[in-house]
Amino acid sequence: MDWLQSLGRTGLILFERLGRGHLFLLRVFGGMSDTLLRPSLLIAQMYSIGVLSFTIIAISGLNVGMVLGLQMYNTLVDFGAEDSLGQVVALSLVRELGPVVAALLFAGRAGSALTAEIGLMKATEQLSGMEMMAVDPIKRVVAPRFLAGMLSMPLLAAIFSAVGILGGFFVGVGLLGVDSGAFWSQMQANVDLREDIVNGVIKSFVFGFVATWIAVYEGYDTVPTTEGVSRSTTRTVVHSAFAILALDFVLTALMFGGI
Amino acid sequence: MTASDRPELLVKIRDLHFRFGARVIFDGADIDIQRGKITTIMGPSGTGKTTLLRMIGGQLKPDSGSVLVDGLEVPKLKTDQLFALRKHMGMMFQTGALFTGLTIFENVAYPLREHTRLPEAMIRDLVLIKLQAVGLRGARNLMPAELSGGMARRVALARAVALDPMMIMYDEPFTGQDPITVGVIMQLIRHLNQSLGITSIIVSHDVTEVSAISDYIYMISEGKVVDHGPPAELKKSRSDWVQQFLQALPDGPVPFQYPAPDYRADLLEDGG
Repeated sequence: MDWLQSLGRTGLILFERLGRGHLFLLRVFGGMSDTLLRPSLLIAQMYSIGVLSFTIIAISGLNVGMVLGLQMYNTLVDFGAEDSLGQVVALSLVRELGPVVAALLFAGRAGSALTAEIGLMKATEQLSGMEMMAVDPIKRVVAPRFLAGMLSMPLLAAIFSAVGILGGFFVGVGLLGVDSGAFWSQMQANVDLREDIVNGVIKSFVFGFVATWIAVYEGYDTVPTTEGVSRSTTRTVVHSAFAILALDFVLTALMFGGI
Repeated sequence: MTASDRPELLVKIRDLHFRFGARVIFDGADIDIQRGKITTIMGPSGTGKTTLLRMIGGQLKPDSGSVLVDGLEVPKLKTDQLFALRKHMGMMFQTGALFTGLTIFENVAYPLREHTRLPEAMIRDLVLIKLQAVGLRGARNLMPAELSGGMARRVALARAVALDPMMIMYDEPFTGQDPITVGVIMQLIRHLNQSLGITSIIVSHDVTEVSAISDYIYMISEGKVVDHGPPAELKKSRSDWVQQFLQALPDGPVPFQYPAPDYRADLLEDGG
């Protein structure tokens, strides 16, 4: 019966953490109005979460776009359909790879940094010190970071897709000889604003919301020791990756149907 | 509330009970902190001295009992009332708890920027006055990582008095500091208390230092107040525990050995 007991205990811990996480989210929402009243806090975080993630997102987008162009060309050319390369690269990036890969990179780069930063602030009593100075850390520390993460993610995903398309263009048109006009016109004709681009933006917004939520919660709820912060940072990356991939399936099924 | 209405006791703690999980931290403690005095809470590590400060500051709630600060029942205050009270409290954390991303100047200016709408020129003057008082006006452009532990505590002290609080709580202010720094911090605590009339609560286990500057000392152990009184009276305490603590005796009511099975039996069992 030991396994049953341990299963029950694990389940209880899981639901307790989920409950705490949701209550925490409510408190963060409560602190949002203060962030909006002090845009300087938000701008500083948009810089460290969004702008500083630009390089990794742009380089990864370029590489993914180039690989996509190469692989797709090799398949399409068998059917004489290499003119559709622009459409295939753009749809793959805008619908799937842009939001998902950018979110995974975002969780690894910005999410882990958020957890470590907030966790260390807790471990070094900076959050406690703030509370004792009658300043609510949820309003001053967590809410601006949460909002900045949520707003940065769709922008980063858009940059990822745009740079990726340029990468695909460079390989397809520049190196493999696909017609430039065909590349762009096929893309223009077959990528729908509502169906593809808006859905992609919705996805990246949801991923940004979840990844940032996990990151700030793990930081705020960390055990305030070196090991505790290290575990929380790891959990942020692992849980965010699981959540992003699972949500991607759910959202794809809802948006693009077929199930 | 006018000055004459104010109770003489700034903090009044009655029948305090608190536990962390199964571990009892406070088991019916009564503590009074006189307004304008330096009161020290002493006891071995892990007796809940810092926990007590957190309960006075409202960061932790007792399981039962009363914590009155300036006539207000802290555990029952709503968040906005608690934050209003905390504006009149300063706390110097053991680590300093400075914001590592801000300069020394910005650290001290932080509470002023958060809670006042003073013009920048006045904030600058106030910060420099506070930094001058702790002897670190010249270090205002440094980052916290560039300071020694003692300097970080002095900056934390300057930040704690930025809003001119009615009381300051010091969490282990002398621990791990060299003798010069200890002397500086002792002098600062006494100076702030005497010149500004700030009530001071010190949590410490450094017997010599606190005996020299405290007006009153509470000795706590295992969740209870073992003895209390002015330092000179405590030295004459008839409690074996107080004597062991004050004289730093290795054995006594607090045993040297952690509870263990019989030594001989233990060794033989291992050998067998």
